[in-house]
Amino acid sequence: MAEQSIISPENLVYKKTGVMTDRELHYCPGCGHGTAHRMLAEAIDELGIQSETIGVAPVGCSVLAYYYLNVDMQEAAHGRAPAVATGIKRVLPEKYVFTYQGDGDLAAIGTAETIHACNRGENFLIVFINNGIYGMTGGQMAPTTLPGMKSSTCPLGRDVLTMGNPLKITELVAQLPGTYYVTRQSVHTPGNARKARRAMKKALEYQKENKGTCVVEVVSNCPSGWKMNPVESNKWMEENMFPFYPLGDIKVPGKGLVSDGKNGS
Amino acid sequence: MKKEIRLMKGNEAMAEAAILAGVDAYFGYPITPQSEIIEYLMSANTAERTGMQVLQAESEIAAINMVYGAAGCGKRALTSSSSPGISLKMEGISYLAGAELPCVIVNVVRAGPGLATIQPSQSDYFQAVKGGGHGDYKLIVLAPSTVQESVDFIRLSFDLAFKYRNPVMILSDGIIGQMMEKVELFEQQPRLSEPPEWATRGKKPGAKSTVITSLHLESEDMEQVNLRLQAKYREVEKHEVRFELFRCEDAEVLFVAFGSSARIARKAMDLARSKGIRAGLLRPITLFPFPVEEIRRLAGQVSGMLTVEMNAGQMVEDVRLAVNGRTPVEHFGRFGGMIPGPDEILEALETRLEEWHQKQPA
Repeated sequence: MAEQSIISPENLVYKKTGVMTDRELHYCPGCGHGTAHRMLAEAIDELGIQSETIGVAPVGCSVLAYYYLNVDMQEAAHGRAPAVATGIKRVLPEKYVFTYQGDGDLAAIGTAETIHACNRGENFLIVFINNGIYGMTGGQMAPTTLPGMKSSTCPLGRDVLTMGNPLKITELVAQLPGTYYVTRQSVHTPGNARKARRAMKKALEYQKENKGTCVVEVVSNCPSGWKMNPVESNKWMEENMFPFYPLGDIKVPGKGLVSDGKNGS
Repeated sequence: MKKEIRLMKGNEAMAEAAILAGVDAYFGYPITPQSEIIEYLMSANTAERTGMQVLQAESEIAAINMVYGAAGCGKRALTSSSSPGISLKMEGISYLAGAELPCVIVNVVRAGPGLATIQPSQSDYFQAVKGGGHGDYKLIVLAPSTVQESVDFIRLSFDLAFKYRNPVMILSDGIIGQMMEKVELFEQQPRLSEPPEWATRGKKPGAKSTVITSLHLESEDMEQVNLRLQAKYREVEKHEVRFELFRCEDAEVLFVAFGSSARIARKAMDLARSKGIRAGLLRPITLFPFPVEEIRRLAGQVSGMLTVEMNAGQMVEDVRLAVNGRTPVEHFGRFGGMIPGPDEILEALETRLEEWHQKQPA
């Protein structure tokens, strides 16, 4: 009774955005995808563009993003989201278009589509979730897996001499004249999540001005793939991922490149 | 606007037809022998003429996925390529078929396998008709044999694609793509104004969101999707079979040939007639759906059939399936970019005729 009486509109401090559906997330406990989805959904909500937005889901853990994001969406083949988004935006230039892609999708199999969409300055938002591993297929090495980091296809740790170095694709696309705003964020603390939401909101706003491709990377965790509990995985991310993938803006409107991504690596 | 008659190259005629058909977007990547399509579109000022978007993609893979994105918005989207490029598009074509998106893919076929040669061929018949990409799906496949048909089939293909929510392939070849013929162009058609209800156009407030996908994780769901697709293909087989008959009324032997081979086979048929051999020709216009019933009917009439194909024997398998052993079915082919002449086709027929007559009960 007491609990019921305090649930009233004036006491509500949090209301779930209508841009998220009520469907239960399939993501593992502690995974950053859920929060990243919500930050994107809130950014869309705050701009009031839910009915004007079309999203593209990738292949990977977020293949079912359209279960949770309450906007019109298309499911792309693995790596092809930027090409699908190009097709959408070219025929419906007045809509807000985003892709939501993981590291394998965006930086391995879809490298060509990513680079060329950015190089043409396609006017959409790329949300790039970088957790350094293939989550959906069970923890294999990703293009962004750190040197020495273990995965099921580099069980002794990534040997950069034979397996190559992690690809800093966000710094790479920031070099291209077609990108307008490129930033790297995280969602593992309330403060970071808010900053990520602001970055996504800004990127969507720039779309209205037809300025070019905006890329918001979210460095995230994968407790299951990393074989850690959620708390450990966030700590490991801060200690290992952030030095290699430093958070912050990489390319800013009016200023150009503000980071070369080299600090700490 | 009056209908216009022009002398045009097959590829350029298809490009012009795409503009006239009110196509919303073309995405492609250059490859011989079909690069004239994108070149023509790029110089035709489509943005001003109809608002059609034309983009040179970074690869055939990107191009077909751009088609997927535009088609998912309910727009008329077109791509074109030639054999090795079509192989690259196959992943996207499977996704388009799975997501039931309408679009048109032009394949101006060159010889294979591998990089092979840029010369004309019909060796992509299996790839076009039997699926090509992964999974149980069918494309509607149209095979033009003239520049005029290349033009007309662009418009017909989009009608069929939207009628059945299915990708349509126009299986041309390097001969028809490169040669010039007289064509009558149709009048400018409007671009689509009203989006189909299944298209992603931004969720209406209060409505459910629209999703374009080919993913159905539960086997029970996926089987239902497969069954629905199969039911659709049966409808296509029922309503969309197209073919042309030449002198079949009294034919004792039958050529079966599609596309440019049909033109040469027709000449061979005339040569045979002049030598007293009562030859006929069946030209399948749709390769899927295949004119099974008509071939079955003619199997009861002729003493044998000879397919003429610029490949090592692909369509012949479908003819044999239709005939089901009722009459002999043989194949004559040249490949690697070699084009059969009417004389050698006639010679092949005469050789087979002797065998067939020997098999006939006395």
